[in-house]
Amino acid sequence: MKLCLVVDDSKVIRKVARRILEELHFDIEEAVDGQDALEACERNMPDVVLLDWNMPVMDGLEFLRAVRARDDFEQPIVVFCTTENDMAHIRTAIEAGANEYIMKPFDREIIEAKFSQVGLM
Amino acid sequence: MKTEDFDFLSGMLKERSGLMLTQDKIYLLESRLTPLARKRGLDTLDALIQKLRMRADQGLIRDVTEAMTTNESFFFRDNTPFDLFKNHVAPAMEKARGNQKRLRIWCAAASTGQEPYSLAILLREQWHKWKDWRIEIIGTDICTQVLDKAKAGSYSQFEVQRGLPIQLLIKYFKQEGDIWRLNDEIRNMVTYRPFNLLDNFIGLGNFDIIFCRNVLIYFDQPTKSAVLNRMAKTLAKDGTLFLGAAETVLGITDEFRPVRGQRGLYVPSSGEAEKLMGLG
Repeated sequence: MKLCLVVDDSKVIRKVARRILEELHFDIEEAVDGQDALEACERNMPDVVLLDWNMPVMDGLEFLRAVRARDDFEQPIVVFCTTENDMAHIRTAIEAGANEYIMKPFDREIIEAKFSQVGLM
Repeated sequence: MKTEDFDFLSGMLKERSGLMLTQDKIYLLESRLTPLARKRGLDTLDALIQKLRMRADQGLIRDVTEAMTTNESFFFRDNTPFDLFKNHVAPAMEKARGNQKRLRIWCAAASTGQEPYSLAILLREQWHKWKDWRIEIIGTDICTQVLDKAKAGSYSQFEVQRGLPIQLLIKYFKQEGDIWRLNDEIRNMVTYRPFNLLDNFIGLGNFDIIFCRNVLIYFDQPTKSAVLNRMAKTLAKDGTLFLGAAETVLGITDEFRPVRGQRGLYVPSSGEAEKLMGLG
């Protein structure tokens, strides 16, 4: 089973994402902000990170840039999942190395479609 | 709903659109036609049925037919047919039509446009190959309302996230408030027109590729046969036909045969399109 790290400061979102992804046969770890997620990556690198943008301590974009700058990391697939839904944010995320981008609100079909586009399913 | 009312409505829908409704779809009649009844100033679905029985109001009949024909669609739906198109069908046509540089594609149930636009995007992604070709993508649907939406090329945030890779969203769409609108370069590649698959196909011309996915499932056996046989006449001998994953030609027509190992892909029985596609 593939491991997905769900990074979101909202407990509700993490719970919804976990339920959908478990149905799609992923193992789940959770992190509450970018810093927490980085530490999780150092312990156990996930196959994919589902990443919120706006979070306290370290936001999603900072996390992504930090991960992509690390040459000692086995690079994970990163899928943004955020309420930021304008073209400028999307471009910034993709240029920083995000593989896909989900605009909230999301549902199972969107997660499934995006995950299969990046070859996870 | 009374049995005679169901029989009346399902008979009318079959005659108009080929749509086959069984008794277990009564809920669908109620959920889709009740809002239509209200829009027409009628209190109940019964009142709507009364009205239809009293007089063959063509406008009302058309609205009922449109409300009942399923219109769910998304970009690159089911992936596989689009991979086949990109990797086998389009290269085969590039070879076979290399002299005349002309390609005609028909999406026979275009709905809100995602399927024809997905094909247009795939061709646009290899534009160096196709830029001096005359490519026609014709999208038809029985429902004029969905075609209006298709022509506009405007989709909700939800719609652009189902099947469309983010890179293609960035490349081919403009954001207008809550709406994502396809660029003109893609929109202009597709023409739409209302068309009923039960009518004759004269006037559509001939095609190299036909997409007719998830439509035949709503038709009874003789209607399926008739539609497929007429499609065979409009399709080039080295052309291809895409059907939905749950659909088949087996036992319905001898005009097409499935391409082995390629679900949903069919070729004229009299031709040898597999070789051309490298699938022989």
